[in-house]
Amino acid sequence: MPKRDNIKKVLVIGSGPIIIGQAAEFDYSGTQACKSLREEGMEVVLINSNPATIMTDKEAADKIYIEPITLDFVKKIIKKEKPDGILASLGGQTGLNMAVELASDGILDEMEIELLGTSLQSIKKAEDRELFKRTMQEIGEKVPHSTIVTTLKDAVTFAEEIGFPIIIRPAYTLGGTGGGIANSMDEFKYICGKGLKLSMINQVLLEQSVAGWKEIEYEVMRDGADNCIVVCNMENFDPVGVHTGDSIVVAPSQTLSDVEYQMLRSASIKIIRTLDIKGGCNIQFALNPYSYEYVVIEVNPRVSRSSALASKATGYPIARVAAKIAIGLNLDEIKNSVTKNTYACFEPSLDYIVTKVPRWPFDKFSSADRSLGTQMKATGEVMAIGRTFEESLLKAIDSLDIKFNYQLGLSLFDNKSKEELVEYIKYANDQRIFAICKALQKGFTVKEIVNISQIDIFFIKKLEKIVKVAEEIMNCGIAWLDYDIYSRAKKIGFGDSYIANLANVPLEKILELREKYPINPVYKIVDTCAGEFEAVTPYYYSTYEEKDDVIVTENKKVLVIGSGPIRIGQGIEFDYCSVHSVRALKELGIESIIINNNPETVSTDFDTSDKLYFEPLTKECVLDVISKEKPIGVIVQFGGQTAINLAAPLSREGVKILGTSVENIDVAEDRDRFLKLLEELDIPIPEGSTAFSVDEAKAIANRIGYPVLVRPSYVLGGRAMEIVYNDSSLEEYMSLAVDLANKHPILIDKYINGKEVEVDGICDGQDVLIPGIMEHIERAGVHSGDSIAVYPSKSLDQKTKQIITDYTMRLAKAMEVKGLFNIQFVLDKSNKVYVIEVNPRASRTVPYMSKITGIPMVNVATRLIMGQKLKDLGYKPGLARETEFIAVKAPVFSFAKLTTVDTFLGPEMKSTGEVMGVDRDYHTALYKALLASGLKIPSQGNVLISVADRNKAEAVGIANKLLELGFKLLASEDTYNYLSGVGIEVECVHDNEILEFIKTDKISLVVNTPTKGKISSRLGFLTRRTAMEYNVPCITSTDTMNAVLEVLEKLIGKNQAEVYALNDYSILRK
Amino acid sequence: MKAVLALEDGSIFRGESFGTEGEIIGEIVFNTGMTGYQEVLTDPSYCGQIVTMTYPLIGNYGINKEDIESAHPQVRGFIVREVCTTPSNWRSMESLNEYLKRNNIIGLQGIDTRALTRILRDKGTMKGIISTREDFDFSKKEVEIKTYEIKCPVTQVTTKEVVHYKGNSFKVALIDYGIKQNIVRSLLKRDCDVHVFPAWSKPEEILAIDPDGIMLSNGPGDPKDCVEEISTLKQLMGKRPIFGICLGHQLTALANGADTEKLKYGHRGCNHPVKDLKKDMTYITSQNHGYTIVEASLDKNRMVVSHRNMNDGTIEGIKYLDSDMFTVQFHPEASPGPADTAYLFDEFLAMMKKRRSQNA
Repeated sequence: MPKRDNIKKVLVIGSGPIIIGQAAEFDYSGTQACKSLREEGMEVVLINSNPATIMTDKEAADKIYIEPITLDFVKKIIKKEKPDGILASLGGQTGLNMAVELASDGILDEMEIELLGTSLQSIKKAEDRELFKRTMQEIGEKVPHSTIVTTLKDAVTFAEEIGFPIIIRPAYTLGGTGGGIANSMDEFKYICGKGLKLSMINQVLLEQSVAGWKEIEYEVMRDGADNCIVVCNMENFDPVGVHTGDSIVVAPSQTLSDVEYQMLRSASIKIIRTLDIKGGCNIQFALNPYSYEYVVIEVNPRVSRSSALASKATGYPIARVAAKIAIGLNLDEIKNSVTKNTYACFEPSLDYIVTKVPRWPFDKFSSADRSLGTQMKATGEVMAIGRTFEESLLKAIDSLDIKFNYQLGLSLFDNKSKEELVEYIKYANDQRIFAICKALQKGFTVKEIVNISQIDIFFIKKLEKIVKVAEEIMNCGIAWLDYDIYSRAKKIGFGDSYIANLANVPLEKILELREKYPINPVYKIVDTCAGEFEAVTPYYYSTYEEKDDVIVTENKKVLVIGSGPIRIGQGIEFDYCSVHSVRALKELGIESIIINNNPETVSTDFDTSDKLYFEPLTKECVLDVISKEKPIGVIVQFGGQTAINLAAPLSREGVKILGTSVENIDVAEDRDRFLKLLEELDIPIPEGSTAFSVDEAKAIANRIGYPVLVRPSYVLGGRAMEIVYNDSSLEEYMSLAVDLANKHPILIDKYINGKEVEVDGICDGQDVLIPGIMEHIERAGVHSGDSIAVYPSKSLDQKTKQIITDYTMRLAKAMEVKGLFNIQFVLDKSNKVYVIEVNPRASRTVPYMSKITGIPMVNVATRLIMGQKLKDLGYKPGLARETEFIAVKAPVFSFAKLTTVDTFLGPEMKSTGEVMGVDRDYHTALYKALLASGLKIPSQGNVLISVADRNKAEAVGIANKLLELGFKLLASEDTYNYLSGVGIEVECVHDNEILEFIKTDKISLVVNTPTKGKISSRLGFLTRRTAMEYNVPCITSTDTMNAVLEVLEKLIGKNQAEVYALNDYSILRK
Repeated sequence: MKAVLALEDGSIFRGESFGTEGEIIGEIVFNTGMTGYQEVLTDPSYCGQIVTMTYPLIGNYGINKEDIESAHPQVRGFIVREVCTTPSNWRSMESLNEYLKRNNIIGLQGIDTRALTRILRDKGTMKGIISTREDFDFSKKEVEIKTYEIKCPVTQVTTKEVVHYKGNSFKVALIDYGIKQNIVRSLLKRDCDVHVFPAWSKPEEILAIDPDGIMLSNGPGDPKDCVEEISTLKQLMGKRPIFGICLGHQLTALANGADTEKLKYGHRGCNHPVKDLKKDMTYITSQNHGYTIVEASLDKNRMVVSHRNMNDGTIEGIKYLDSDMFTVQFHPEASPGPADTAYLFDEFLAMMKKRRSQNA
């Protein structure tokens, strides 16, 4: 069928902020969808609250609304824009849920707007557990024995009948939030209670557990004419029981015969037809490892994380095709963008193996529960491609950028006993694969591991092979490391540094061998067709074989290093920067090459750069690409800390680092050199010094006086950064942190409890452009990534702004910055400005600032890196004129997924994403940001206040305002004594009753600040966690609370916020 | 053991042997299926050919006793990037290596199969040799490789006598040019009474059982070599509903005066999109053929293209207007590959049903 001609304007709903279970994959699919629709001549209107995305760029759609994705706001946009159709199936669960809300609101019928793609009825059939089960039964597809309950009583009845283990899945939640597997009645009651609360419709599915079966996924597409294809199937390394987002996943399936493959393929097609899905969908099966028996676990009637992975794994652009199907095109009418000659109606054939490994945040949350189950915990993922399974797995492990070890980490579990190892292997956790390798090395048999882990023997045999080659190298040493062993090691994916480590020689020795033999990687194309047809995709991966598919051009080219997996502290914003840099290079007529390994992102879409190398971001892999392509230089400043960390090692190998020099990068990161520079420039910095030992640290802290801010040098996202109040907590900190960064010393600074201000700047080596100054709502001590930021700053006077501008310009000039940099300042009580740190690279706030100011910061920076001058580009140096609009950036957290993590805000970053609220009025912008961040601010009810001593005085003001606004106040014993002492009308809740009050819905908002430092009282921690788990908003900073109160005061009961499109405020001013 | 693959153009690949050892010459073709190697190995259409799999890891699920398309492997040689020596599947009886060894087939592993595939794609199907001989010398073998021909492959692989599979529904005479067992299974699943005839059977012998319909199987080689089979077909046409697959499709076209030609590198895999022009639907099909029907040679008044390949536009199916006869180039019996087009067997059954009701 040709494209529908009654649809001319489409509203695309994005997925909002990055949270666990809904990450960068929706920026990739959304961006592709918008592009795909515009190719067909559609006018595209987009709503997404997440500024750090490519899809919210003005180039991505005709109109972009960075507004909260709530029913109210989406309706406002619909009324303003009057679209003909809405595309919701590319915005993850957020998009789908919004579609459901819009439909039940009636606005779609009223305005005759069509929901494009999969119908609402189909969405319900796939998402509503009972309806899904019935539908599957009608077509003879088995689902696990299950029931739907809405009360705990019914749940218990089912459990008594079926027995354990039982899987609990709440309906309509992301990434299985609130779900789990229960092995006992106590566990069962706990998980069910939580699940019922979290489900949008108070519905929970209880399901017979098929844990231990093979988990197999199919990515299926269907068009309006009923043509169906399977893009890819995937097999989970971890058997059923671990959320697929937390599983190591391999594509294509490895242990299925054609009969089994086709059995599940046929079932998939039957299912997508029955559900009448138009577009893409993901179907998960559990397959009995000892028979043909299988059950359908789940269907996602939309593009998903798995579909992004399948797209990158095969080269088949699922989101692009799904968008075209939504506007009426059929699979056999859509051109295949890989071959350009054939159509989208085919099934990719792979001639390589793809492995995805999740990236978990446990390196940041040392206290988090590392066990894996039905609730997803990973923040991101990496993918690697190889011609052997071992190669793809080891490359994926390398891509994780976890520096604690080499590849399969044979020293990680060195000191563990056999019994301890069994525990690590029996229950899924992020380190299981390392434990298995260690166990194999310690003499466990493959059969034993299979019995303990229930992982398929195929995979364990592969791990055994890896372990054996490693042992071979260890045993032979460098003297006997011949061509045969070395080339086998390379073919199964060992990095040279790992081989050197095993052979116990310096890396140089291995590199000599490599040159002598010589053994170098070749690069193969990902072409969707296993070489059967000629392909035009410039999408490559390395392997150790004979023939290279890459055609190296004579063009002037530049390599941009990406940022790897999404993790806390290094999110999608760096992918945004990498993509913009590549685009700027293209504008300059320079061939752009990107190297990255994150399958979820826009940067790894094969038509983003001129060439894409899907590789680990290790020195070895990057150098291999460089020696292949011979670029004029490498840009490291857009790929976050991962890329910056490569600057010095690459430079030492003679690679030209474009932009700020390695020397000057080091000035920013070497504390002593940095202090010296500031001294020369006469710019103040909080007093501090560098310590290499506990004694040194104590001496410094006592000299400058507590509280002090401590952190290892070379931090990522404030990892291991803490405010320490006394000697004993300093000792404790040192014992933990020194291990974390054994090569780097600890920095100790005076902690100034003042206003925090942040600046992003662009410098051409001499002139500096400052797009704007951001002011944080939370005082210093809360990580900038977790603070609410406001631009233009709301309380800085002209003089302070001048000082900040002056410091920024002088620092950038002194450091001869070429490109982007970011400076954080703190103001003490007398408004004295101190520099806290300088990052000689793009920062988290670059997309946010680019969007509000209209200055394309990465584009400008890339041009400066390539030698242009600010003046040539028409920018006046100095602080740019402030915008009339106010933009507020608010952090978004994923605490619901990470049980046992303390939710208070501190110097260690905890947020996974961010949103932006924009308005002409500060309070409305703040309101939008808070709303978009998911904070449910109540307008009435009981507020529980329980604050640390240092915040008690501030709590008085907060309490008074709350009373004025009509709230009832409750307080913990301590806080009650203080508040009632100053005459505030407050009720006391005894410490032992607090949790019960939260659990029984007696409290609608909690204000809780942690007691000194990290030594939070047990009760404070439990209060915060309980609030989290029972979905009661909990605010842990008095600054945040004051901001919330301002919003409440101004806006309570009103609902008059306007909506603004990006082009309303992002006006390029030079 | 070290082994070498030499193509007729002189390209040399060095790897390791598995299965048996020795030396074998054949036509080198590639198959892009990611699963189904056991079905591929036992598909008689590969008679005379050395098959290379583009998916690099082969043998993962071992060899079982059910997924066979004929009694023993039919390929002359088998080339993979890596053979799995530690298979895992509940039905696996032995490893691929053991299976090939037992059946005396040479396997080659450890070569860059993508590089080999690209050569075949760019230059077309070629002849070649796998040798495990230490003294292998290409120049001494060059002429033998270049002059290699697959001789009368149909006669080699067809059944030697009529085989009967009892069923209660329609009686089908199935002419075996090198049949894949799943054609039989597809008919039996529909309760047909199946009589498998040798390729050389005379028309009278076939009609003697008074079948409801005739099925023409797949098979190896150049269709134009099957002179006798074509003349038999000419005498069967119009007498009963006929459904042809692959070689059966090509022979029917030749029997109707059309022409066939060799494709540059054939279609072998499980992912070929084929459009059913009548239904206006595209299906994913299983394919294994080196020849195709020349479109210009069709008698348009009697033959209509019913199916077309969406990749290269070649003819994938023909409907004959003057009789109950239709044929397809691809494999609706799948095995390996998707079962999307199994509905064609039902269409064949509908034709037989129509005939019965007309005769009643």
